[in-house]
Amino acid sequence: MQVTVIDYKAGNLTSVVKALRHLGAEVTVTESSQDVAEAQRIVLPGVGHFAATAQLDDTGLTPAIREAIARGVPFLGICVGMQWLLEGSSEAPNQPGLGYFHAHCERFPEGKEKVPHVGWNTILPHTDPEGQSTRLMSGIQAAGGDNFAYFTHSYYVPAGVVFRAPATPAKEPIAAVTRYINVFASAVEHRNVFGVQFHPEKSGETGLKILRNFLELQ
Amino acid sequence: MLTRRIIACLDVRDGRVVKGIQFVDLIDAGDPAALAHRHAQEGADEIVLLDITATHEGRATLLETVRRTAQSLFVPFTVGGGIRTAFDAASVFDAGADKVSINSAALADPALIGHIGASFGAQAVIVAIDARRDPESPDPVRNARVFTHGGRKDTGRTVVEWAQESEARGAGEILLTSMDSDGTRAGFDCALTAAVSSAVRIPVIASGGAGTVAHFVEVFGEGKADAALAASIFHFGVSSARSLKEELAQSGIPVRLPC
Repeated sequence: MQVTVIDYKAGNLTSVVKALRHLGAEVTVTESSQDVAEAQRIVLPGVGHFAATAQLDDTGLTPAIREAIARGVPFLGICVGMQWLLEGSSEAPNQPGLGYFHAHCERFPEGKEKVPHVGWNTILPHTDPEGQSTRLMSGIQAAGGDNFAYFTHSYYVPAGVVFRAPATPAKEPIAAVTRYINVFASAVEHRNVFGVQFHPEKSGETGLKILRNFLELQ
Repeated sequence: MLTRRIIACLDVRDGRVVKGIQFVDLIDAGDPAALAHRHAQEGADEIVLLDITATHEGRATLLETVRRTAQSLFVPFTVGGGIRTAFDAASVFDAGADKVSINSAALADPALIGHIGASFGAQAVIVAIDARRDPESPDPVRNARVFTHGGRKDTGRTVVEWAQESEARGAGEILLTSMDSDGTRAGFDCALTAAVSSAVRIPVIASGGAGTVAHFVEVFGEGKADAALAASIFHFGVSSARSLKEELAQSGIPVRLPC
């Protein structure tokens, strides 16, 4: 299957591209909004400062992404790529996000624990009343299994906040939570839009399983 | 909860892993790509590859080694050794590294830390510090100093102060090697590791002196380390990162298991 990975000069993409190709995807890396307009599946990586997402506005990628999402193209944001789906981050108060989810990223508070949050932590998939996890988290066990993922971030998406995507009733789009100082959203999912705070390309078999779930979405 | 990390470290020269025998001979211990893959399969939380080739001509071999090693790794992969400039770092990232470790180049030009971080993210820059206690001082730990050239040249700077400056300049993590403990298999320098870990808000990776599982328990406890490098321990009775972590779990250290 075809995947378009967006390069907006926010860190190293090679691991993301390598993981997707390992899973059998045909990967195009692009900076062009034209390529995004034709994409069948989109991944937005992102390492570093939220302010780097200004590049998406400056190159015309922001409206192209918004249109692709509206067309129903499956979209996965990774790390800063997930944070950018929100309205913004206190890391860069003058840089708006896409605004697909109505919430803001906050910084982990200073205290006993170190900031940034770096290393392997457990992801706890959200399940519906029938015990079913979301599509992105399919096959990821809630406890006792290999449900660790690799994180490296100082800002987080609050888990207590109820999101409201445009034109839908208030819905809880949390796909997984993780505890570090607070409980925060480690994955989000709503219709064709997905986000993971951790790095699935660096999270061993668990990470590859999550990427595979994204690639195999119908 | 966040777990402590066991990081498998490979020293590489001319594209081959080398193993130190009593500080003198370096014997060929195999192919970096195969060994890194095996360590990851056997539970290592991250892989560090340190190039000790020390010649400018060796860079092409290193980049090819990094490329081949990265191909089969899906855990964080750090490369260090001989990275002198932002361009060197960029080449290493391009070849597949997730993080770089810089040592003497950062001491010579601390602004390099922020330059690399600006393009690749602060979390991708590890500052490696080689430390020796000052035995003459009333406080040998607080006055421990930063050394270069394989632990032979005293820079005159104190470890805690350089770690704090590195953090202020944008380092993502500190890799602290006790040159006094390195190779002794008598344990990490827990007091020094704790002093550095308490002085900064970024993670500290402990290195130097590991010989037994108990040493890892100590460095995560009183040493306050967030992660620890494991290299020679795999040659001395500990078969894998997984088995090391199983023993650490029994001592109450939070680790990633199963892995």
